[in-house]
Parts: sequence; structure tokens; C-alpha cells
Amino acid sequence: MSRVRPVAWYTILIGLSFVFIAPLIWMLLTAFKTSGEATRVPPTVFPQEPTTGAFDTLMGNDQTPVLRWFLNSVLAATGQALLVLAVASMAAYALARLEFRFKRLIFGMIIATLFIPSFVLIIPNFLIVDRLGMLDTLWALVLPGAAGAFGVFFLRQFFLSLPRELEEAAVLEGANSWQIFTKVVLPLSKPALATLAVISFLTNWNDFIWPIYVLFSPEVLTLPPGLDILQGAYTINYPVIMAGALVASVPVLLLFMVAQRYVIEGVSRSGLKG
Amino acid sequence: MAAETAATGGQVRRTGPATPYLFLLPYFVVFTTFVLVPAVYGLWISLHDWDYLLPGKPFVGLDNYKALFDPGSAVYSFWWESLSATGIFTVLSVPLLLVIPLLIALLLNRRFKGRTLFRAIYFAPYVLGVAVIGVLWRFLLDPNLGVVNAIIGGSTPWTTAVPWAWVTLVGVTVWWTLGFNAVIYLAGLQDIPRELYEAARIDGGGKWSEFRHVTLPGLRPVLLFITVNTILVSANMFGQSYLITQGAPGTETRTAIMYIAQVGLADYKMGSAAAMSYLLTACLLVISVIVFRMFREKDK
Repeated sequence: MSRVRPVAWYTILIGLSFVFIAPLIWMLLTAFKTSGEATRVPPTVFPQEPTTGAFDTLMGNDQTPVLRWFLNSVLAATGQALLVLAVASMAAYALARLEFRFKRLIFGMIIATLFIPSFVLIIPNFLIVDRLGMLDTLWALVLPGAAGAFGVFFLRQFFLSLPRELEEAAVLEGANSWQIFTKVVLPLSKPALATLAVISFLTNWNDFIWPIYVLFSPEVLTLPPGLDILQGAYTINYPVIMAGALVASVPVLLLFMVAQRYVIEGVSRSGLKG
Repeated sequence: MAAETAATGGQVRRTGPATPYLFLLPYFVVFTTFVLVPAVYGLWISLHDWDYLLPGKPFVGLDNYKALFDPGSAVYSFWWESLSATGIFTVLSVPLLLVIPLLIALLLNRRFKGRTLFRAIYFAPYVLGVAVIGVLWRFLLDPNLGVVNAIIGGSTPWTTAVPWAWVTLVGVTVWWTLGFNAVIYLAGLQDIPRELYEAARIDGGGKWSEFRHVTLPGLRPVLLFITVNTILVSANMFGQSYLITQGAPGTETRTAIMYIAQVGLADYKMGSAAAMSYLLTACLLVISVIVFRMFREKDK
């Protein structure tokens, strides 16, 4: 498009970058300071006496088992991403390619639920999860989130955009629906599946309101409710809190760096928050 | 999966009659259990005096809803205070989240080196959860010990007094989520056909008229989505208040969702909380319809 004055241009872009990155750098640097240094006025930028003391404090307290929280977060987010891929892709395939009665009605019903605000479901879902004996277990974090309509909607759109020729060729060779789905459609859909997996993982990893109310025991928590506990327990011992925040940030920032294309693609088509 | 392939009368029959339903079944089990059933179950709960900790849950009709409109009830003033907190937050943050991301998208909608990198940087905070953002900014904005006050001097009570607490909640939210809207705007900008800009240039008129007559109309569908979505997300605000201001001062920045969660999942008065959540849904529905109407009328 139009020509720009490079120097002014990059000054604005880099200045803006600073606004977004500086707070994250501050978190990183603080995690390696002593609690005295972290709150010194005037503040130091780089740790004068770098220490991993904050991490030792975290690990040493069995009320704040941060490694366990990390593991729980990995398990819940991975479990949900895989579950979403499995159930949403099967449903989306039926809705995109198979003929059956009430298809439009069923699809319409699924889409309609996109408009139900998530907070309406929280209280009844608490009772349902309780009834199923899943309160205070990771199952409470894996299953309900997999019911969202976004994955089905997103994959159905993608499947509809695929050319039918390959599937028709497979039919002539005698393949049944399951074989077409697993051997033809899914391999062609790798980018869409990757997008959905990454977005599901991020959404679950960052979920806050649901886990703080359905998980109670220190060893069952994931990182976001864990950070709430840290803030309550360590109040102004900021290096410890920042160390916990760092543990919660690094995996998703790395994932974002590796899978940026998929995240941006998914967001362009809207809806990280489900 | 059961699916027989049989040639019948020259026609290839791909599937047995049950096949589509078998494909749908796994999703439908979770969908029914965690979306359909709770959507209706919640209504049922809202019609009862539903205390999680008590054995009896007597039917009370619309009493939980009436209490929200009855100045004499125990929940009345807290409920409206929390609803107005959500309203204040939404009114302050939505305009900023409509305009600033658009400016950033326009900034990025050119060809230059490092474009993808800058887009990623501006988007990065959004990848982090509200828990990280919350504890981080509570630290940065700590009135006595935080780096923000150390830099600007003074001891502005960012997290403990209004109006500062609102500045904090809105500012942090804009910083955190602006990349999301910017990316959607950017996708929308790239969908506007180049020829339209060329035509506008031939017609003369400056940058501003190009923006008004080509860019904005081209962004209409995207703008509608972003407007409605940002209103809904703002009305859902929970984590920022919960972690950064903790509702302070007093309960002034306690949002509706925070109050619903408090009543339903901490005090376990689920009937009342469910009624509040349906009332809030009704409000959001009305607002969404109004926004849709406004966009349609601008069409004419």
C-alpha cells in the first residue's frame, strides 16, 4: 500500500512492542530477585544478586506444589484438546458429509448454544459434575469444556470446503464412511485440526473461574487457581508469585511461538474464548 | 464403526442407516450432559430456594427473580451494585477495544519487514490467562511497592480506590485483549478488494475519505462481530476484578459475574445465583439485538 517513512514507522512499532513486552520481562526478572530487591525503591531492573530462591520456596511448600499444578495443567489441557478433536471431528464429518433425518435441526441446535453465555452453565454444571462424582478431580476440567459448539462449527466449515473427488474415489474403491473419514478426510484436515487443538489447549490452560470453584485440594489444582492461592499466601513476596506466573506463562508463550500461524488463523475465524 | 458398503441397483450405498448417528454420538453425549441439560436445569434451579448445603430445596416460583427487583430483599443492593460495576466496565472498555485495535490493525496492514513479528508481539499478552495477567498487574500497580508508581512518582491507589481502580481494570483489559480484536480487524482489512482503494484514489479525495468510504464500509461485518463480541466478553468480566482489585474499594468493582459466583458457588445459594445469571443473559440478549438493529439501520 502507501509508502511510509521507515524511521518514524519503526519507532512507533517498536515503542508499542515495548508496551506489550516490558511487563512480561519484568515478571521474568522479578522471579529471580530476592523479595527485598523486588520491592526496592527505586527499583532495580536486573537482579543484583540473582537467585532461584523463589522457586525453592514454591517447591518446598506442600500447600503450593507448583510442579504438580504444572503437570495437572498439562494433563487437563492435553486431555481436553484430544477429546475435542475426537468428538468434534466425528460430529462435524456427519454434519458436513452424511445425510440423515433432522440434520438441519441438530446443527441448528448446536449453533444456537454458541449464544448461551458460559456463566449461565456454571452453577448447573457444578451440580452435574458433583452428581458425577467429578468435583475436585481433573475430569471436571476436561469434560465440560469439550462440549462447546465452536469445534464442531469450525471443523464442519472446513470439511465443507474440501473437494469431494477424493472421497468419491474412495467410495468407488469400496471404502465405508469410517474409512473415508479416517483415511481421506482427517489427513486432508491437518491444518484445521492443529488450529482447533492449539486453541482448545490454550483455552483450557488459561481457564480460571471454573477451576477455582470445582477444585479444592492443593494437589488437584491447575496453575491458574494455583496463582490465586499464591497471591493469597505470599501477598507481597512478589518473586514467589512471579515465579508461579512464569511457570504458567512459558509453556503457552512457547506454544504460541511454534504454532503462531494456527493461533492467528483460529482467532481470525474468531473465538479463543469459546 | 458399523457401516456396510453394498452396491444396490447400480447405486453405491455408502452408509448404513445408523452410521451418521454413530458419528454424532460421542459429541452428543458431552453436549447433552454439559450444555443442553444444564441450560434447562439452571432454569429449574432458579425456581427453587436451592441451598446446596441443605437437604430441602423448596419450589418458590419466581421469588428469586422478584427478590432482585425488591429493594427490601437481602440481595437487591449488592446485585444492582455488581450489575452497575459490570456496566461501568463495559461502557468504558468497549469503545477503547473497538478503536485502538483498529488503529493497530491499520498500522500493520502494510507491507514491511517484520510485520508478522510485530503482530505476534501485540498479540502475545492475550495468549496468557487472566490469572497470570491479574497477579502480574497487581504487582506492577501495587501502590507502595509497584514499579508503575516508582516510575511516575507518587502513590496513586491503582487497586484500592475509584476512579483509579476502573482505570486499572479497563487499562489492563485493553492491554491484555487488544491483540485479539486487532487480528480480527486485520483479517477483515485484508478481505477488502484492492480495486476499491484504486477506484477511490482515481476519484480523488484524501486518506480520510478513503477510510470513510472504502475501509469502514468494507469492515462492516467484522465491526458488527467485534462490537457484539466485545460487549459480551466485557459483560463476562471476572478474573481482573477478582485478582487485581478484589472488588475494592468495598464491593464497588465487584462485577455481576463475581457476585453470581460468590452467591452460587461460595455461599451456595444456587437458586438466587441462577436467577441472576438468567436475568443477566436477558439483558445481554436485548443489548445484542439493539446492536444488530443499529448496524442494519446504518445500511439504509
